[in-house]
Amino acid sequence: MEKNTIAPISKEKVTLTINGKEQQLEVEVWTSLLDLLREQLHLTGTKKGCDHGQCGACTILLDGKRINSCLSLAVMHDGADITTIEGIANGEELHPVQQAFIEHDAFQCGYCTSGQICSTIGLLNEGKAKTLDDIRDLMSGNICRCGAYSNIIKVVQEALERSRTA
Amino acid sequence: MATDFIGKPSKRVDGLKKVTGQARYAGEFEVPELTHGVVINSSIARGKIKSIDSSKALQLEGVLQVFTHENRPKLAWFDKSYSDMDSPPGSPFRPLYNEKVQFNMQPIALVVAETPELAQYAATQVKVEYETEPHETNFDSQLKSAYVPEEFNSTPPPEPWGESEEQFKKAAIQLKEEYFHPSQHHNPMEMHASTVHWEGDGRITVYDKIQGALNSQKYLMGVFGLAKEEVRVLSPFVGGAFGSGLRPQYQLFMATMAALELKRSVRVMLSRTQMFSFGHRPKTLQRFSIGASAEGKLQSIIHETYAETSKFEDFQEDVVIWPAVLYKCDNVKLSHQLVGLDEYTPLDVRAPGGTTGIFALECAMDEVAYKAGLDPLEFRKKNYSEMDQTKKVPFSSKELMECYRQGAEKFGWQNRKQEPRSMREGHQLVGWGMAQGAWEANQKPANAKAILSVDGKLKVSSATADIGTGTYTIMTQIAADTLGLPLEDVSFKLGDSSLPEAPLEGGSATASSVGSAVKAVCQKIQEQLLELVKKQGNTDFAGKEVEELDFKDGQMSLKDQPATAVSITELMAQNKEDQLQAEISAEPAKEEQKKWGRYSHSATFVEVKVDEELGTIKVTRVVSAIAGGRILNPKTARSQILGGVVWGIGMAMEEYSVMDNQYGRFINHNLAEYHVPVNADVQEIDVIFVEEKDDVVNPIGAKGLGEIGIVSVAPAIANAVFHATGKRVRALPITLDKTM
Amino acid sequence: MRSFSYTRAQDVKKAVSEVSSHEDAKFIAGGTNLLDLMKYDIMKPRHLVDITRLEMKSIEETEGGGLRLDALVSNADTAYHPLVEERYPLLSHAILAGATAQLRNKATDGGNLLQRTRCYYFYDTTTLCNKREPGTGCSAITGYNRNHAILGHSQHCIATHPSDMAVALAALEATIQVSGPEGERSIPIADFHRLPGDKPEKDTNLAENEIVTAIELPKKGFARHYTYLKNRDRASFAFALVSVAAALELDGDTIQEARIALGGVAHKPWRKPEAEALLQGKEVSREHFQQVADAYLEGAEGFQYNEFKIELARRSIVRALMQAAKTDQ
Ligand SMILES: Cc1cc2nc3c(=O)[nH]c(=O)nc-3n(C[C@H](O)[C@H](O)[C@H](O)COP(=O)(O)OP(=O)(O)OC[C@H]3O[C@@H](n4cnc5c(N)ncnc54)[C@H](O)[C@@H]3O)c2cc1C
Ligand code: SF4
Ligand code: FES
Ligand code: FES
Repeated sequence: MEKNTIAPISKEKVTLTINGKEQQLEVEVWTSLLDLLREQLHLTGTKKGCDHGQCGACTILLDGKRINSCLSLAVMHDGADITTIEGIANGEELHPVQQAFIEHDAFQCGYCTSGQICSTIGLLNEGKAKTLDDIRDLMSGNICRCGAYSNIIKVVQEALERSRTA
Repeated sequence: MATDFIGKPSKRVDGLKKVTGQARYAGEFEVPELTHGVVINSSIARGKIKSIDSSKALQLEGVLQVFTHENRPKLAWFDKSYSDMDSPPGSPFRPLYNEKVQFNMQPIALVVAETPELAQYAATQVKVEYETEPHETNFDSQLKSAYVPEEFNSTPPPEPWGESEEQFKKAAIQLKEEYFHPSQHHNPMEMHASTVHWEGDGRITVYDKIQGALNSQKYLMGVFGLAKEEVRVLSPFVGGAFGSGLRPQYQLFMATMAALELKRSVRVMLSRTQMFSFGHRPKTLQRFSIGASAEGKLQSIIHETYAETSKFEDFQEDVVIWPAVLYKCDNVKLSHQLVGLDEYTPLDVRAPGGTTGIFALECAMDEVAYKAGLDPLEFRKKNYSEMDQTKKVPFSSKELMECYRQGAEKFGWQNRKQEPRSMREGHQLVGWGMAQGAWEANQKPANAKAILSVDGKLKVSSATADIGTGTYTIMTQIAADTLGLPLEDVSFKLGDSSLPEAPLEGGSATASSVGSAVKAVCQKIQEQLLELVKKQGNTDFAGKEVEELDFKDGQMSLKDQPATAVSITELMAQNKEDQLQAEISAEPAKEEQKKWGRYSHSATFVEVKVDEELGTIKVTRVVSAIAGGRILNPKTARSQILGGVVWGIGMAMEEYSVMDNQYGRFINHNLAEYHVPVNADVQEIDVIFVEEKDDVVNPIGAKGLGEIGIVSVAPAIANAVFHATGKRVRALPITLDKTM
Repeated sequence: MRSFSYTRAQDVKKAVSEVSSHEDAKFIAGGTNLLDLMKYDIMKPRHLVDITRLEMKSIEETEGGGLRLDALVSNADTAYHPLVEERYPLLSHAILAGATAQLRNKATDGGNLLQRTRCYYFYDTTTLCNKREPGTGCSAITGYNRNHAILGHSQHCIATHPSDMAVALAALEATIQVSGPEGERSIPIADFHRLPGDKPEKDTNLAENEIVTAIELPKKGFARHYTYLKNRDRASFAFALVSVAAALELDGDTIQEARIALGGVAHKPWRKPEAEALLQGKEVSREHFQQVADAYLEGAEGFQYNEFKIELARRSIVRALMQAAKTDQ
């Protein structure tokens, strides 16, 4: 027998720093970081391509690390520092990775792009990608159905070069 | 400043929006007091809904309504009202129409609540009971009841010519084989979504994921009896579609119904699972009987196709025309039959029919080449066709030979050893394979509007779409180039049903159709400018026609007489014209076009490495040589082809929507188990565009590139796998179990 | 997702008491498996105890010369930890063969062990599944069973355990430290996961309300001769069809000790110590490896869509051992 499952959802207060801005928010405990961003904060740059960790479109940087925001409850990240695609550029000035995505035509429909860019920056932060095969594997958490992979790889290679010489 | 943009690599004009997260897709528009709908789908494939109990869901505070067939509003009655611009013959599916269940995952209810989470939760509380009837979803067992559709929604197979049966029997070389590929789903990264903004006065503005805003508008007008003024549909950005957005999907119906009933704004976004609940590339079984002389000259081709469709619509695509397009043969018989199943109607998926038919054709021809002891490329040269045999007309242009030459050279094909299993690297067997392909270069009627203001800004618009294909960019280039304006001063608007009518964005016809309209409308502006300069009494231009003029760098001059140049904006200012406007309808030159076979062509060369023991396959190198007419923007064009290659890799080795016949349901309905290529699956890809001039296909000479990139990839991979392993895998996908 | 209540635990004791005092309560760590399943309405906890604030995030050497991985260390931090890379590269490789960089950043070591099967029917609530709803039947036996078991399955369930990490841990003979209402205990990895038998709803032998606190790796890390070989349906971001964690201790060409664990073939990482023992004292050779592979697959039984795994597993064992014998890092 199914138990009586009808219960209201509770709310909790959390403090999140999103794209450099600290915010006090009240979130329902079932709300994912992704839905918090998209539906409540209208930061729709972070995309939903599956809602189940299978595509990477929702990739954001959580305390500098790339994660899938769809499989994260907002309430569990009280105090966290979050960067979304909207916070990657420095004001009007694009991040070099963003610029390179345009130069190399590393997208088509653009729906996976926010995730790819955040993932690229996450990859750079991690510093684990050494070979071309490493890059391909470590970028495999971001599906691009338009198939822009070869161009994305150029962006990442270039960014790695830049970070090595910097 | 140079203003010749056509043919130059240009960055995407919408790039900035896409890399900063500012491009908004259908499910992202912010509208006040938005509510959220979640669709409930059937869990059976055929039968009746006995009851739906929504009471528990409705008890939840914040749940507004649960719509079912029992409480839905009155809807249109005639099939015609539900048909859309891309409906195949038959009776279109009507969501929530009655208690009948026609396929598994049929949408049967919509829960609307104040938040998406609450709607999701409430959906778990709705109890549905069914009366189940036996379903038929097993393609193999239903094959016996295959039928020829009364009406074909694309071209019917051409009538047979010659004596294919007799010639086959007499042929020195005979191949009789079956090829199969499974159902595949589009799975664009963006899931289908509609946001319906209830404007308060009965009007609605709809943001929909669609490859043509007009199609959604027409559908909503038909189903809900709305007037044109009452519904505006917008889709400025589409997160990929590949055909899934050719027909309005049920989220549009659901969101609109709820908005009209509740008089609230509603958003419905489908889940990834639900992305497996509507159209897909139909699985096909294709039988080939091919006869050839001992020297490898084709003598007979019999190509029979059996493809799945639903029980309520006859979906059919051009699967069997390709032998007649690609090969010279005097005895040919082509047929296409359908197998009706209890599932949703299939739908065009990237290069519909071409991908399917060319896969089987090119695998079969590889086999014939081997039987004849011919190098696969030599074999194709030997049977090269100078005529489109589907209509018995010559080609408007066909630089396929050049694709062979440049592709083979880049790939290093001349170093290939014919013998299978003749190349290896350690555990890996290395194989080189090739295939050729074609795709129709169609032009459809399209409209466009242009407004040139005195500040030099040009605004062009047409109700087409950009699904990642680069429409925004290309149209901006064409307009800027035609009027000689800097790109930054030109903007192109699309994805809005209030704009001049354009065809659905599909079949690689957008560059050609809308591009022609954009060019033509800018030429109208050119004429108006010429009128102005004449009116001023500028004698240089007296008696001249626009064809004699150059428009560049913001100036208009006589060709080869730069000294005659006048500034366009100054000209307008002097004439006190704040703006010049033009709207036109560009019609294809049908009579002339009919005299020609109009196709783009490709030759794809592939290297695979197959682990001899474990069967794992890597596509290590792909060279794709394309004859696609004039290349408007090499940068975005290359991306289109790269995408096609990646799709071909997916099709060849990974994609497979598994129908579980116990439930009559696709069972691997998520991106963890429906495998599409990831970054690590893709290695070196070279794209070559060979030069091809064609002034028949359309006034800009571009053939469209959305589909030609995919068609010959899967067979080239399959052929390379054969070359590597000596195994002919005739059923896709080629997974490791088939090669180990 | 259904409604639930939520608390954040501050220490292990409280976490255990929180989870014990709520009906249908679950711990949540990375959430990458639990939330996935909750969204699909497969798991329906009514209370979540957030354990991510517990002080269980370090990797320390143990007195016995082994390594202790706290349950909340992320999969990524584990795989890239210098001591793990140096002494237990097999574990590093296995972890990095699983999921994606994003998921590994979030996923925890404890959660990884406790992730549930990827059986298509388990994942589709409109179908019958004994693991999801005991007693309803198993759709996979007569359905699509490509990612299913060939060893140790029962008539009630033929699901596989999807973890890559666990396969390496099985080869390394790790022990799992747990704490519960009854106190602490440690469970050898071999006894941690279980076979489906007639209780497929139970994936592990973890008692109700027990929390995994750490994973202990014994001293022996097989850092010189090891391989993690993963066969899958695409080059990355796919679960294993068959995977092999192979570890060898060699004296010249003579095998002192061999460890072989298989993934993707059973309801738990598959070890067969008596088959491994066949290699003891033997020379490194393809023939010997084939013998042990045959022994491993003895009694294996496939289904309509996964029959191929038997031969694939055999060949993979041989390949993995050959590679392990050659690696010298
Ligand atoms: C698309 C996708 C692909 C993936 N591919 C792979 C793959 O190829 N290989 C692979 O190995 N994995 C793969 N994973 C699975 C991933 O590794 C697991 O989801 C992850 O390791 C789970 O860890 P978590 O901390 O997020 O667990 P959670 O989701 O937080 O928890 C999982 C379960 O463990 C329980 N739990 C968590 N921590 C504890 C604890 N300390 N004590 C007691 N109970 C606890 C929870 O109650 C829950 O039942 C994939 C996941 C996804 C979504
Ligand atoms: S194999 Fe196990 S998990 Fe899969 S359907 Fe059968 S019982 Fe359920
Ligand atoms: S939306 Fe999060 S991984 Fe797909
Ligand atoms: S750009 Fe369309 S999915 Fe990547």
